[in-house]
Amino acid sequence: MTAALSVVLPLALAPLAAGVVNRVKALFGGRRGKPLAQSYRDILKCLGKGATISRTATWLFRAGPAANLAATLGALLFVPLGNLPAAISFPGDIFVFAYLLAMGRFFTIMAALDTGSSFEGMGASREAVFSCLAEPMLFLALMALARYADNLSLSGMLAAVSSGSWLSGAPVLALVTVSLFLLLLSENCRVPFDDPNTHLELTMIHEVMVLDHGGPDLGFIQYAQTLKLWIFSAVTASLLLPAASGSAALDALWGLAGLFAAAVAVGVTESIMARLRLIRVPPLLAAAGAFAALALVLVGD
Amino acid sequence: MTLFLAALLLLFASALAALVLGRARAANLAGPLGCAAGCALGLASAVGALFSATPPALHLPWNIPFGALSLAIDPLSALFLLPTFTLGGAAAVYGRGYLSAMAGKRNLGAHWFFFCLMLAGMALAVCATNAVLFLISWEIMSLSPFFLICLDHDNDAVRAAGRTYLFAAHLGTAFLMAFFLIMGRLAGSLEFAAMARIAPGVLAPLAPALFCLALAGFGVKAGVFPLHVWLPEAHPAAPSHVSAFMSGALIKAGVYGILRSLILIGPMTPWMGQALVALGLITAVPALLIGIGQGELKRFLAFSSIENIGIMILALGLGILAASTGHPGAALLAFSGMLLHVVNHALLKGLLFFSAGSVLHAVGHGSMERLGGLAKRMPVTALAFILAGAAISGLPPGNAFFGELLIYVGGGIAALDLPLPSAGYAWACVAGLALIGGLSVIGFTRASGIVFLGEPRTDDAANAHDPDLSMRAAMVFLAACAAGAALASPALLRMILPAVRPLLAGQSPDLPAASSIVVNPEALLQTAVWIAAGATALALVLVLVRRWLLAGRPVHVGGDRGTWDCGYARPAPRMQYTASSYAEPMTSMFRRLLGETRRVKPPRGLFPAQGTASFASATPDRARDGLFLPLFTAVGAACDAVKRFQHGNLNLYILYVLATLVILLAFSLEFFA
Repeated sequence: MTAALSVVLPLALAPLAAGVVNRVKALFGGRRGKPLAQSYRDILKCLGKGATISRTATWLFRAGPAANLAATLGALLFVPLGNLPAAISFPGDIFVFAYLLAMGRFFTIMAALDTGSSFEGMGASREAVFSCLAEPMLFLALMALARYADNLSLSGMLAAVSSGSWLSGAPVLALVTVSLFLLLLSENCRVPFDDPNTHLELTMIHEVMVLDHGGPDLGFIQYAQTLKLWIFSAVTASLLLPAASGSAALDALWGLAGLFAAAVAVGVTESIMARLRLIRVPPLLAAAGAFAALALVLVGD
Repeated sequence: MTLFLAALLLLFASALAALVLGRARAANLAGPLGCAAGCALGLASAVGALFSATPPALHLPWNIPFGALSLAIDPLSALFLLPTFTLGGAAAVYGRGYLSAMAGKRNLGAHWFFFCLMLAGMALAVCATNAVLFLISWEIMSLSPFFLICLDHDNDAVRAAGRTYLFAAHLGTAFLMAFFLIMGRLAGSLEFAAMARIAPGVLAPLAPALFCLALAGFGVKAGVFPLHVWLPEAHPAAPSHVSAFMSGALIKAGVYGILRSLILIGPMTPWMGQALVALGLITAVPALLIGIGQGELKRFLAFSSIENIGIMILALGLGILAASTGHPGAALLAFSGMLLHVVNHALLKGLLFFSAGSVLHAVGHGSMERLGGLAKRMPVTALAFILAGAAISGLPPGNAFFGELLIYVGGGIAALDLPLPSAGYAWACVAGLALIGGLSVIGFTRASGIVFLGEPRTDDAANAHDPDLSMRAAMVFLAACAAGAALASPALLRMILPAVRPLLAGQSPDLPAASSIVVNPEALLQTAVWIAAGATALALVLVLVRRWLLAGRPVHVGGDRGTWDCGYARPAPRMQYTASSYAEPMTSMFRRLLGETRRVKPPRGLFPAQGTASFASATPDRARDGLFLPLFTAVGAACDAVKRFQHGNLNLYILYVLATLVILLAFSLEFFA
């Protein structure tokens, strides 16, 4: 029952979290901003539209967004929301989780290359390279957490850590949190790694890969994007939440509070930072890895 | 055993038949047909051996000193027979179509003779339990590919590749002879059974040397860094069915050899594990970094094979490290993941070389920058290559994912349970595997994206088409095997577990086996299969949802609607992203390490004339250019110096003989004493 909540809530509320990020950015910029529910409207509008498909494209272009959404939905099953356990958990599920996301990425990249466009090739190349560097860092951070919690499942290790653990393990948890937050920004194409609102295709990463998609395909892509933001926010926020209260409703409330707090943090980071030049991205990812490795060493035996 | 011997006999018989037929067209029928039939028999014998309670064995005396015809198909041998015969049979069927244009013109009889010999040699090598028999079959297996690589011997590059291969193969055997001589001397017999009985106390002081000898000897065959240099040369030069077999099965003989010698050497020690983990990482990561800079399709695939050997070595090291420090749970996962990967990689790499071969067959070259848009022209080939590329990068629901998952979980448990210095190796394993996976995704999205997607960059690519029935059938067969291996991976694991036992046996049982996490590999794989299948089914459902959403709405497909490309009015195929641009972020990040060279002629003036600007980049293999070329040049120079004694002058030679005799006489009279 509680496990179902950690799946149903993101399915329903993920676009809202994206809305919160946008609202925070607008407030920082002195604008009123889009309505909080704008992401829902965008997705629904896309789902109701027709499509135009280039003569260059093959079946991969059509299958890419569906495969990506399916993989993201699959990965979502492993993610707890605060102290609400995930739908599926077993020792070693972190590897299945990460590889499902990688599978989604593979199909997004292939769909981008399928258009034969130089811009989309450029985005695909960058996405492949940056995610290749982010993946080991993610595993190092999760490995530090796993060793700290002595548990090899995502639900288990996140359940073992709560705001109370910070009294004893503050250095380790702080390093892991920073590392996971950096990965949250990088995997979701946020400033300083990528700018979802940029208007220059040459500097885009993710947005440029989906330039040619329209209609339901674009709807799938946008929904998968908000789900991915939810997934990484939920993992990061779990480290800071209080221990399980025993009441599902209270746990769900805390989980949502943590998640939206993470969304606000993303919005604030995006507002106060400039986007990095592309060649500066690998060093920042390396820094995330260094934090995680340091945390691993600090955990000790 | 009877089945296995019948398979060998059939292979030798078809080899002879093909040789007799020579240039006749029938050689291209008798060879592959006999080969495929022999492989089917062999496969049946291997599967039978896997399920039999006692390994089938055969022991016949032989009049070669210390030699005996000792054969045994224990689970480990049977496991390596599986890819040998599966891939061998498929490659024979594929090769018939691949070579059909040459039938009647070239001596295909000789080609099929050596192909059958290579299969039989490898089958014998993995089953031999006598060192002499092993070395003889190893040599048969190692020498026949030289003739197969050199099929197109009019071509200089092919001859050079054949020569590189021949050197590498011989160098490896020299180490193996030393290894078996030492082992044989300690055991007093060249039978493996006697070697396994050597007292640990006798063996212990020599164990490091023996380990290094075995690693060097078998590492050359497997393609372990820096001994991998023959692979990227030999694979593009060889006909594609030969490269498929060599990459998918033959290099695994090296892995088999390493495993067998480790079992013979006896108790494993942590330093062996640490050395192998480090070796696995420095094999896999540089191989991919160099590989993603390659412009030739089959050359890239060769580097990907080196990478996968690196994964196997890495997993082997992880297993040894865990087993020797008293963590059998993690070791079991690592070893079984590694053996599963051996089977999975064979199927996928075979499929990848088959589809790359179809491109070569249709277009005449494998240069990525001159291809493109092949998915519309060769749909079967494109589907095979793209999906096999995703699978070999370890992505679910591909079959390689399940082997890698076991290695990952083994690494994860080791990373949690091992004490600090050793745990670092397990962390490196997990992070390294993730990096390898990511690099592999770069490499395979690049290869399949540039070659099969977009618009054709040249006319020959525009006129390509799918290959004939036998080649397509071989691809479909391997794809079906790979899909079956993914779905049935728990069952496959159950077949593999008996082969893991000898690796775990003999480990110090007195060490504490304290693990907080106990994982049943079969249950883990079963769960993973459900999840992967569920995600695939969900993707199919979403495709249907998409279709339902689009029904009745305006959908414009193709025609005059080109790629939007930010509103560019007249896109041309040459404007597409190239293979070198795609790899550029990675190759430039590691430029110092890789020694990538660039030739840039920038455009000059406001209106540069066509063809005046150019850019070309190449990623060399540093181990080849920096280590082996100077080494062999030095050896060559030393040999040249010796040549001075060889004048061709008879008087001088008589003087040499006289001088030698005088010196020997002096010695025998104890003149110098």
